[in-house]
Amino acid sequence: MKELLAFPILVLVAIVQMAVVGRITLLAGSADLMLLVLVAWALQPQVATAWHWAIAGGALVGFASRLPWAIPLGSYLLVVAAARLLQRRVWEGPLLAMFTVTFLGTLLFHLSSLIALRLTGTPLSVGDALGLVILPSVLLNLLLSIPVFFFIRDFARWVYPVEEE
Amino acid sequence: MNEFFGRSLQTTIIFLVVGGIMALALGGYFSSVSYRLSDALVGIQAWFSSRYMAIQDFLTAPRDVISLRQRNAQLEAEVARLQTQVIELQEQVTEREILAALVDFSRANPESTYKAAAVIGRDPSPFLHYIIINRGSNDGIRRGMPVVTDRGLVGRVDAVIADAARVQLITDPASAINVHLQNADTDAMLLGSLTGDLSLDMISQDVVVEPGDVVLTSGLGGDFPADLLVGQVVNVRKRDYELFQQATVQPVVDFARLEIVLVITNFKPVDITPLIPETTP
Repeated sequence: MKELLAFPILVLVAIVQMAVVGRITLLAGSADLMLLVLVAWALQPQVATAWHWAIAGGALVGFASRLPWAIPLGSYLLVVAAARLLQRRVWEGPLLAMFTVTFLGTLLFHLSSLIALRLTGTPLSVGDALGLVILPSVLLNLLLSIPVFFFIRDFARWVYPVEEE
Repeated sequence: MNEFFGRSLQTTIIFLVVGGIMALALGGYFSSVSYRLSDALVGIQAWFSSRYMAIQDFLTAPRDVISLRQRNAQLEAEVARLQTQVIELQEQVTEREILAALVDFSRANPESTYKAAAVIGRDPSPFLHYIIINRGSNDGIRRGMPVVTDRGLVGRVDAVIADAARVQLITDPASAINVHLQNADTDAMLLGSLTGDLSLDMISQDVVVEPGDVVLTSGLGGDFPADLLVGQVVNVRKRDYELFQQATVQPVVDFARLEIVLVITNFKPVDITPLIPETTP
């Protein structure tokens, strides 16, 4: 039953992303709440459903956005893979892992979006995209990653209580 | 006996003296003295009274503070409730003003039929300038329908589901619209950008375009009805070595504050793709 929590939570995250977070912009960039939630969820050691969440979150964003659906889905899966990898390697510094994956994940997602949009005929300048969208988005994501990480950590502890040794 | 009479006389004299003094006092002969005396007495009484009140205040103050705090909390709660009410009423007023403007617009343009929709979100990708509206195929919305506000053109419906639709704004980097410059009487291409700025391209070099020129949809290409207001030319860039002039356009619609839009439901876009000749390598 705990696995089913992914759907209401991710739907809520998608709604908040489109209704609120997407409207708060720095230059032309905005934070990606879905990416942050997926990364923070994947970094919790007791969580075993990170891949399911990535697929569900990627499918939701792919459905709502004009982007080719494979871009959010593939990006989120890669980001979750990186988070799981780092979670095993740098388990003593989860916040550091959160920053690292957020930084790399945002770059990956936006660069893949940029390439996909350019291939589908949208005339986007790489310089403008980098300066106006990607770097501001990275900054916003890094700022938002701290509260999201702690919120998701508490939520994960509530869903999967850690037994005291 | 003599002792008795002596005491009686003494008492009588004392009474007479006191009575005499009182009579003189009542008669106003001691007014200056009685004034000073009463003044001193009043001053002393005032001093005692003020000290007593201060002590009483000190002793009863804790009870007053508690009651004042309770009253303050009640009033603060009341103020918060009223402020919430004021905000709600202001929102309702704003919404009614928008709706009234949209109704005026639809009355002024009776050739089109409209469906009002609320903007409920934006595309998750910051590269794309799309909005999500709360009307879909159940309300008769179809792909390609133009979307406007009372001020002017917003975009067109890009995708539709049962109860929602995604609208491509004219500021989207992939947006290209055929427009007409009213004053210069020439056609041009309106392009969106990553930052949301609008620019005009494909303006012939021999046309005089000036800041302030009104930009309207031309209807060419069949994507939009003609004569929908888009914006005004802000500045013009003309270089002799280029084929066309460019210009920057200030849109009439504030895309950052879109709340309610109108979908023109009786306009069917024309797909001219089959008429465009394929380029041969």
